[in-house]
Formats: sequence, C-alpha cells, structure tokens
Amino acid sequence: MSDSDIVQDFLVESSENLDRLDRDLVGLEKNPRDKEALAGVFRTIHTIKGTCGFLGFSKLEKVAHVGENLLTRLRDGQLALNPELTTALLGMVDAVRQMLKEIQASGQDGEEDYPELRETLTRLLTPDTAELARDKDMDQAVGAVSAATETQPPDAERFKVVSEDATLSPIGNPVPVKVAKKKAKTIAVVGEMEESARNGELPAATGPSKAEGMVLPAGGPQVLETKQRDPAPETIRVGVNLLDKLMTLVGELVLARNQLLQLANTVENPGLQAVSQRMNLIATELQEEVMKTRMQPIGNIWGQFPRTVRDVALGCGKQVNIEMEGKETEIDKTIIEAIKDPLTHLVRNSVDHGIELPQDRVKAGKHPAGRLILRAFHEGGQVNIEISDDGCGLNKDRIRDKAMERGLITAEQAGRMSEREVFNLIFLPGFSTAAKVTNVSGRGVGMDVVKTNVEKIGGVVDVHSKAGQGTTIRVKIPLTLAIIPALVVTCGGDRYAIPQVSLLELVRLEPEHARTAIEMVHGAPVYRLRGRLLPLVYLDRELQLADDSAAEWRQHSAVNIVVLQADGRQFGLVVDRINDTEEIVVKPLRKQLKTVKTFAGSSIMGDGKVALILDVLGLAQRASVVTETRDKALVEKAAESSVEAGKQTFLLFAGLGDSRMAIPLSALARLEEFPVSQVEMSGTQWVTQYRGQILPLIRLSLIMQERRNKLRGLQELPAADGGPIQVLVLHHEKQRFGLVVDRILDIVEDMADVQSPPTRPAVIYSVVIGNRVTELLDIAAILQISGTKTGPSNANGSSTATGSALKSAGGGN
Amino acid sequence: MAQTSQFCTFYLDKLLFGVELKGVQEVIRSLDMTKVPLAPSVVSGLINLRGQIVTAVDLRRRLELKPRAAGLRAMNVVVRSEDGAISLLVDEIGDVVEVDEGTFEPSPETLRGSVRTMILGVHKLENQLLHVLDIEKACQMSDVGAVAGD
Repeated sequence: MSDSDIVQDFLVESSENLDRLDRDLVGLEKNPRDKEALAGVFRTIHTIKGTCGFLGFSKLEKVAHVGENLLTRLRDGQLALNPELTTALLGMVDAVRQMLKEIQASGQDGEEDYPELRETLTRLLTPDTAELARDKDMDQAVGAVSAATETQPPDAERFKVVSEDATLSPIGNPVPVKVAKKKAKTIAVVGEMEESARNGELPAATGPSKAEGMVLPAGGPQVLETKQRDPAPETIRVGVNLLDKLMTLVGELVLARNQLLQLANTVENPGLQAVSQRMNLIATELQEEVMKTRMQPIGNIWGQFPRTVRDVALGCGKQVNIEMEGKETEIDKTIIEAIKDPLTHLVRNSVDHGIELPQDRVKAGKHPAGRLILRAFHEGGQVNIEISDDGCGLNKDRIRDKAMERGLITAEQAGRMSEREVFNLIFLPGFSTAAKVTNVSGRGVGMDVVKTNVEKIGGVVDVHSKAGQGTTIRVKIPLTLAIIPALVVTCGGDRYAIPQVSLLELVRLEPEHARTAIEMVHGAPVYRLRGRLLPLVYLDRELQLADDSAAEWRQHSAVNIVVLQADGRQFGLVVDRINDTEEIVVKPLRKQLKTVKTFAGSSIMGDGKVALILDVLGLAQRASVVTETRDKALVEKAAESSVEAGKQTFLLFAGLGDSRMAIPLSALARLEEFPVSQVEMSGTQWVTQYRGQILPLIRLSLIMQERRNKLRGLQELPAADGGPIQVLVLHHEKQRFGLVVDRILDIVEDMADVQSPPTRPAVIYSVVIGNRVTELLDIAAILQISGTKTGPSNANGSSTATGSALKSAGGGN
Repeated sequence: MAQTSQFCTFYLDKLLFGVELKGVQEVIRSLDMTKVPLAPSVVSGLINLRGQIVTAVDLRRRLELKPRAAGLRAMNVVVRSEDGAISLLVDEIGDVVEVDEGTFEPSPETLRGSVRTMILGVHKLENQLLHVLDIEKACQMSDVGAVAGD
C-alpha cells in the first residue's frame, strides 16, 4: 500500500461520512436533543480532522477544526442548534467536500482556505477560556502527530491505524477533563508506532503479503484496541471492478449452464441429468448472490435528500417535511448511479414547484409544512420509485399554454389532449421552467433530461397529478442491467431477444382469424386490441429479411404479435415464432455495428449461438412508430385515446360456473400453460418444475369449492388425457406460486369503481368490470386458505385445503 | 542481417494476403454465424468464440473482391484489433512465412480507392506477391456505408 492508497482510502471513507453528516445535521435540526446523532456528527468531523492532520492537508484540517470546536459546544450543551448554526455547519461540510474533491483531483487540498466560513464558525462560538485551552491542547496533539508523519513518510500507512485510534479515543469522554490524558496517549502511540515501523522493516522485506498486511497486523496491540471499539459489522471493502469481473464470469457460467441443460436433455443419462440439475441450482443461486453484492439500498442515495430538500425549501421560503418509505429497497449499483441525478432533480423540482408557500398552504386549508414522500418498492422484477408531494399539483392549462407558446404543440392538438398527455408535456425537450428563475432552473437538467436518463437504463417516467392535492412522479427501473429477462422470438430463421421491460403482452391470432383481424389503414396494418388500434410492425420486413415466400407462408399461418411499448407508444411486433423467456447476458456490440440502431446488444443462447437483442425504441423509430422528435409522437398519441388516470388493469378469468374473476395485472408474473404430464404431487399439493424451482400450484376450484366437496380432489393428479392446464404465475411477497384456472378471458382496463362487499372468502370485493360483475381475488387469502408454503423447496403436504378433483383441468383453451 | 518479420498468410480469390503474426489470435474453421440484419454488408455476422462474441468481417467484400463461390466455406482468422477480437473471413489458410524486410515494396500508385488504405504494400516472394494487410484499417467500418441504409 502506498501513500496514494491511504489518501484514496481517506477520500472514500470521508465522502461516505460526509453523506451521513448531511443527514445527521438535518436530523439534528429537527430534533436537537438527539445526543447520539450529535456524537456521530462530532465523531465524523473529528476523524476527518485527525486523518488530514496526518496526511498533511492543513487547510482542510483548519476548517474541520473550527467546525469541531463548534460541535464540541453543541455536544456539551453549551450551545443549542439553531438554523443559523446548522447552515454554518452544512457550509463547513460543503467546504470539506470541496477540498476532498480537490485532493482527489490534484492531491492537494486546494488554494482556498475559507476564511469567512471559519470566521462565521468562530463567531458562533461563545468565547470560553477553558475551551480555548483545550483547543490549544488539541492543536498540539495533532501538531505532534503531523510532525511525526513528516519525519517518517514511507511508513505513513502505519499512521492510519494511529489516526483511527487517536480519533476514536475522545468519543463520549467529557473532553475538557481528559484532554491531557488523551494527548499523552496519542503521542505515546505515535512513539510506539515509530518503533514498530522501524522494526517492521526487517520482516516486511521477506513477507509477500506485506501490502495487505500493513494496515491491520502491523500495529499489533493498537489494532486490537481499535477493533474492540469498532462495533462495525464484519464487512470488507471490495473494488467495484472486481465485482464487475465476477458478474461477467457469472454471466459466462450462466451461459455454460444453459448449454449444459440443453445438452443434458438430449442425452439419456441419469447421472448427467442429476449433475446438470445441481449445477443449474448452484449457478442460479450464485448468480443471485453475486447480483446481491452489487445491490445497494436506495437509501444510500436518498440519504442526501433531506439536505437537498432543506436547502431548496429554505431558499424559497417553504417548509417541507420529507418522508421515506422503502429505503432498504435494493438496486444494482450501476443503476443507482444512473438514477441519482434524475431523482435529485425530481426532488428539487417537487419542493421548488410542487409545494406551495406556507401562507398559500394555510389558505388552501393545508398544514403549513408540505409533505414530500419518497417511496420505493419492488414490483414484477422492477423497482418503482415514487416522488409525491401534497402541493398544488400541475396546472393543466398553464402547461398547455406554455407548450403552445413554445410551439411544441398546436392549438388543435392541445384541444384533443387528455389530462395525462398534457402532464407528460413537461418531459418534452424545450419545455423548460426557465421562466421562473430559481436555483433549480438553469442547471441544465430539465425534465426531458430526467426522462432521457431514466429511459437510457430501460426505465420509464410517468406523472400523475391532481389540482390542489399534489403530484406524483413515478419512475420504474429494472433491477439490473447485466443480466436481463428477455423474450426470445424467431424471425427469418434467426432468434432475437426482446427485453422484457418493453414487453406488454403476447397475442396469437389463429390462421382463420388472422386474415380478418388484421386490418389496413391505407396500407398500414393494424390490429384491434381491446378496441384500440394497435399499429403492427413486421419484424422480417423491418430487418429486410422478408422475401416473397415469407409473405406466401404468412397467409396460411397463425400470427404472433408481441405487444411492445416504446416511448409511451404501443405497437405490435409480428414475428414468426415466440420461443420462450430466458435470462440473457447482455454483451455490447462492437463499434462496427454501433451504427445499427435496431439492436441493443447481443447474447449467447443456450445452444451456443449468438442472438441479437432488439432495441425496441430503435426499432420503433425505424418503423416510424415513434418519431425521433417526441412532439410528433405526441400528436399521434393525442389521436388515440390513452389510459386514463385512475384506471386499473385486470386479468379476467373464468371462475366457477359462469362467474367471472379478476386479479390486478400487477400481481401477475406470467401466464403459463403446462401439459398435465408436468404436474407432480408433493403431498397433497400439485407442483411443477418451473425455471429451476418448484412452483406450487393452487387450484382455484379447490379454493372456491364448498368444504364438503373438497376431500376427494386432494390425492389426485389431473386427468392424464386432459389438455394443458392454464396457470397464472403470481407474485406474492417475493414468492411465486401458480394459480390453476379454467380459462383465461382477457386483460381489461377499467375504473372498477362500482364495488360491493365480498360474498365468499378469498375475494376482496366484487366490482363491475366491462358491465359484468366480477370478483376480485385476494391473493394473500388464497395462499392462506390453501395453506401453501410458497418457498421453492418447502411446498409440503400440510395443506389444510380439502376438495374435489379438478375435472375441468385444461377444460379451457 | 536484414530484419525479418513473420506473417500469417491466407488466400482471397487466389491472391496471397498476410497479416503480421503477432496480431493474430487464432485460426479456426467456420463456425455457426448469426447474421446481423441492417449491418454494413462487410459484416458477415457474429460468432461465439468460447463465450466471447466476435464480429466476422468478410474480407472479400471489404477488399472489394468478387463474392465467394456458394459452396466455399470460409476460414476465420481471428485478429486482435483496438476494439477487441475481430474475425476475418478468408478463403483458405496459407503458411506462416518469414520474410525479409528488403523484399517489401509499397503499393503502386495505380492501386486506388479504399483498398489502398488497407494494403500497406507487398512482399516480393519467389513466385508470387504477398499483400500486407493493415489490420486496424481492415477492421474499421466507418468508411463503409450500411448496405441496408437507415
């Protein structure tokens, strides 16, 4: 380890500490009596001050030092925290951060030594002779240590240990009393270190592990001491590039695993199959664990928001309370980094434009302090982040007027736009808030940049707003980028992968139906999907794979439509065949192919062949579904009726008898069809092997059956001669299970506002969907009633459900 | 003694070409190839080289020679370029030859067009000319328009 490594460590550690500091200080302002937070703040500044003393960053040390003095007063209760003090301390944190940046860039702590800041901080101190004396002592102690550092530069790494030790020692001690003792101790430790450093030179030359060994074992007793005081959990710092490398290797392993599985299926060898199964499970688990190493709780970036909110709110004279839900929601590191700036902008925006001034709020009958709620949660393999405020909401008319004024839309278009479309205008490039000069605008980050950045990582942004009640901006992003779930389709003899994020649904038109179902709008093919025209794009035509024989062949075959979403527009992609979904490892295309906008990357399939990953947006642009300039897309958007806010999407399926049932589409992971032969028994539970896991199958008919009829069905497998069974694969609290239903009817959007109380268990309520009474199922209750444990391995036979045979297995279809 | 250098040689339409041996990663028989629709025509497709996805460049097209006869299966000369491994599709692999610097002569002025930038010159071997190929230039696609057009 060299000097620069120590500086690097110092920088990493300090910047983490500073982030916490922002949080703690704002927290303290709200709750000044929080001794623990104060001690934390003190400790952080003290550590920085101590360490930079050793490393010779004197300007940084000076600033940290005056800050520390002030904090000492606060901690000892001689001063109470007020906004002025907080601002000064936050100013100090900024100064420290700035200097750390300088150090990172140049290795020096910069020219600026912040005289005004130090003056302010000093002025805020009430003079106190005892304290001054203490400060002098501290100066000496630090001075002595710095001096020692300078005389022994090659062994500076050892002093890192010393510094930790020294900085830890005063915590929680009533400082003025123990100063002398501490000072003596620090110097004594330094003395020891010097000695051990000198001694250390001999063995160090022989041991190859010198570099790693330095920081920890070199110090002997001191290290033990540090350890005892450090309550930190057992963690180690690992370089991100190492994790990236691991991720790549796991990606390779997943590919090899896929190939092995395919091979094993073709060879009749029980031994090989057993091994490949185990390999499969291990690889899956390994992949998950390695992914986890790159996962970070979103709280890491939210941590700075209280500070941001405070600054912006103070700047525009507002009162804002920030609330956070789901801080622990984890996202891949690369994604966290990519959404940091967009989120910050959204938060600033909410405070600046969303929440009203206190007097206006009171007038509107609201609490003078606005609420800003950050919420993060997982849903269907994606992360949702919501930023809601209870402010004035978006002003539809003003947005429309402004968009017209800027020439983004015509008056005629404006007239046709739904509320939601008007709101989405704020994401247009050129729709700037620059008219109002605040410290938010003019930063070069508009809402269009937010949208672009989120879309770059495969996410979507959406805005909901109610006048007078507030605005919610929802950002949906994928969990990770390296390995993505994708739908594999075949077209022109080659396979293509379509990222699942863009996928809405699959539609299959049987040959006899296809000819009439696909209509033409002046030569442009469209399909009526639940009453709306869905433009169709033929993949073979777009990729120029089509020849005349393909057209001929198409006449007589079923049509597979993959309904995709790009830039808020839906379109149907017609492909030859839909294969399956797979987890694929994304490999970027080389520069020779970068110009081809239709492909986002490539991946190796289970059989070892390469497949291209379609870039849905690029494809849509190529097919002119989405035009490059968004405003034009909006015109088209306005033409078709769009999803109204407040509508929900449901999956409808046949219940018992003639009844209709529904679940919210968000609970649904996939629709599957399993041949009866794949259903096995585990105790009295139907199960099937699904994507390397055991998927418990719950029969809707059993849940809904009268109790006395239930007993017979438990021991029986579905009738072997039945058709495939229809299964809704559902997510519930991170667990998966399959719900066996008779027939899947449709996916509908509806307000579902006419509700009535349930008439039987496992039903939340009855609603009117599409003019028919439909029972909305309660997924949690289903699990409870069936007694199914939905873990992959513990689907057991302790089912409390009893029931009769599912005679109608596969009766649908 | 004059300096010598080693070349991996191969044939394209009966012409002998060579790339410096140190730039060659491996030579393999034809592999399954995935074509890339809409890509520049010189890109034959993508191959899976032990988990690494490598772009295959049809050297015949790149050097503006006539297309390979239908039955002829190409060989892959995998070379290391700035942008990672690239596979050059050639007709047939020749020997590794060691040539004397003295036999080198730049391309004649009469060689025109984009090909000129890719062929550094020729080594005058006993019974034929060895065309020396510039790997980086041959792998650069910027000057080749996409055939399918965007």
